[in-house]
Amino acid sequence: MSSETQKILTTDGIPLEVSLKKAEKKNKIKAFLLVAPLLLFIIITYIFPIGEMFTRSIDDRMVTNMLPKTFKAMETWDGKELPPEEVFAAFLSDFRVLAEKKEHGKLGQRLNKEKNGFNTILKKLWRKMKKFEEGNAKEQIMAIHKRFRDVKYWQAIKRTAPPYTMSKYLKGMDMYYNEDGKIVQVSEDRRIHRILWLRTLEVAFFVTVFCFLMGYPIAHLLATLPMKYSNLLMICVLLPFWTSLLVRTASWMILLQQQGIVNDFFVWIGLVADDSRPEMMYNKTGTYVAMTQILLPFMVLPLYSVMKTISPSLMRAGKSLGGTPFIAFWKVYFPLTIPGIGAGCLLVFILAIGYYITPALVGGASGTLISNQIAYHMKATLDWSFASAMGLMLLTGVLVVYWIYNKLVGIDNIKLG
Amino acid sequence: MALPKYTEPHYRIWHYTYLTICGFVFFFLIAPLFVIFPLSFNAEEFLVFSDGMKRLDPDAFSLRWYHDMVYGTKNPWGLAAKNSFIIAVFATIGSVILGTVAALGLSSRHMPFKGLIMATLISPMIVPLIISGVAIFFFIAKVGLAATHLGIIIAHIILGTPFVVITVTATLSGFDHSVTRAAASLGSNPVNTFMKITLPLILPGVISGALFAFVTSFDEVVVVLFLAGLDNTTIPIQMWTGLREQLSPTILAVATCLIVLSTLILVTAELLRRRSERIRGINR
Repeated sequence: MSSETQKILTTDGIPLEVSLKKAEKKNKIKAFLLVAPLLLFIIITYIFPIGEMFTRSIDDRMVTNMLPKTFKAMETWDGKELPPEEVFAAFLSDFRVLAEKKEHGKLGQRLNKEKNGFNTILKKLWRKMKKFEEGNAKEQIMAIHKRFRDVKYWQAIKRTAPPYTMSKYLKGMDMYYNEDGKIVQVSEDRRIHRILWLRTLEVAFFVTVFCFLMGYPIAHLLATLPMKYSNLLMICVLLPFWTSLLVRTASWMILLQQQGIVNDFFVWIGLVADDSRPEMMYNKTGTYVAMTQILLPFMVLPLYSVMKTISPSLMRAGKSLGGTPFIAFWKVYFPLTIPGIGAGCLLVFILAIGYYITPALVGGASGTLISNQIAYHMKATLDWSFASAMGLMLLTGVLVVYWIYNKLVGIDNIKLG
Repeated sequence: MALPKYTEPHYRIWHYTYLTICGFVFFFLIAPLFVIFPLSFNAEEFLVFSDGMKRLDPDAFSLRWYHDMVYGTKNPWGLAAKNSFIIAVFATIGSVILGTVAALGLSSRHMPFKGLIMATLISPMIVPLIISGVAIFFFIAKVGLAATHLGIIIAHIILGTPFVVITVTATLSGFDHSVTRAAASLGSNPVNTFMKITLPLILPGVISGALFAFVTSFDEVVVVLFLAGLDNTTIPIQMWTGLREQLSPTILAVATCLIVLSTLILVTAELLRRRSERIRGINR
């Protein structure tokens, strides 16, 4: 028998194997074409902008573009002693170009951040340079102010040469480049960001713990009760889930205010005196209470969907084999719920770590989190590159959490409702 | 959950403690929502229960704040409600179309790089909202759509599609593909097959995805705060401003309306979920 007759042919005379492969490829392309519109949309409107956040956060081309000749001349300067004549000449010519475009003020402000006192001497240079004679730029500039004779100011200019900088990220961790270009911490009383990072982690962690402690029992109850009762109770979980976040925050603001119902209740049972009602809002207590209630459904729903699949006969088997109900629960039931616990905790933690609205409304000064700081820089100070840097630091943290979760539980085990 | 007669006393105690704990948690979850109802009918301007309300005196209740919400002078709620509905409806339509089509591709077993693409598509849902807000703002500002309805609609489509993709893929996981093959073998073209066979079967999933997308858009405030101008104010923005500046009972009237709306959505979503489960059950 020849090999030709062995091959099965389709009616067109093409070998079946080839024909099948072709059909397979066609199906692949078809499936991909269906996904393509959304994929392109998300990549263009969402993934690229996140990449843009990165370039924006490290972008420091302003000075690089303002002083092109200076940095070219500085390439050969070792930075230890005062730069040679060419650097001064190049700087003067760059500065003249900037002065013509009226951008010398911007340069002064930017360099002032690098080394205090730059703005003043550049203004002085701007006033005096009109009377400069041709050539000998070094002596003429140095004669204007003694700071131009200080090598530290020239080192500061050199430090701004690279088009990219990590300074925004350092600022997010309360650090900065000092005059020698080394990374140092800001003084103790100005370390605000570190406090915010730690507080965000702390709040996210404890909210997750509270949600777990409260969510586990009720998810268990919902999963074990007969349908007609559990459906009714499920409303208690689903109604808050579907209700506007702002509505729920508003109700907590009413409950927790000093003349509010919670305080009324405390006074009524005699826990606190009427004239010393505790402040429960505009601090961390308010943030904890409101966030726990708001995020609790996100813990209960994944737990419930996992618990629903666990057969009650497993617990009975455990008990019949001599385990007490507690041991049966701990050795049989609890391990089976771990995917649900993982999904719920991950969901709540990630949502809590990026929380913005509730802390901003009920948190007050001591309840604000890192997201509030990002929003503040986006809207108030307009320091978008700093906001981007902090956003990406937060995103990195979130990705690390996902990675750990994937190692521990497996990302495919996530179930949503 | 009646306990068997032979239960030992300490388990009995534990069981009732457990039920009590659960009771407290359910109360904690649902009670805050019910505080808003009575207070929104308060005749006075304060956000506490007046003595008259505690005595259930009819004079202590009024529809004053609802009247203020609708007819109040210089009131922002009319415009905000209109904007919110327009934005949410268009964002939902966009999300549903893009999301459903993508879900059809994703649930095909021929789909290459399924995991990676799925992760990309649902990334707006798993990245903290504030980061998405910053990224989307940069895009919308770059294409010059800041402070326009279209810009906000695009932003909400980005945030809404992951929900549609997830719910529709879930519905399609129980979908019997032989019915579409049967349709094709009977001479139906793919579009016709989708409209007449596939869509009716996955409709519950599509609609519950649409509900998610609608609620996401209707309730979204972080991204809108970055994007909206004075003409694009939405209900969440007005609530946010109101809650920040001064908590007035009018906000509670609005909040009550929103709770009623979310109850309606909840009921619809639940009915759909049960229907979808029933259909999938038959297929198995």
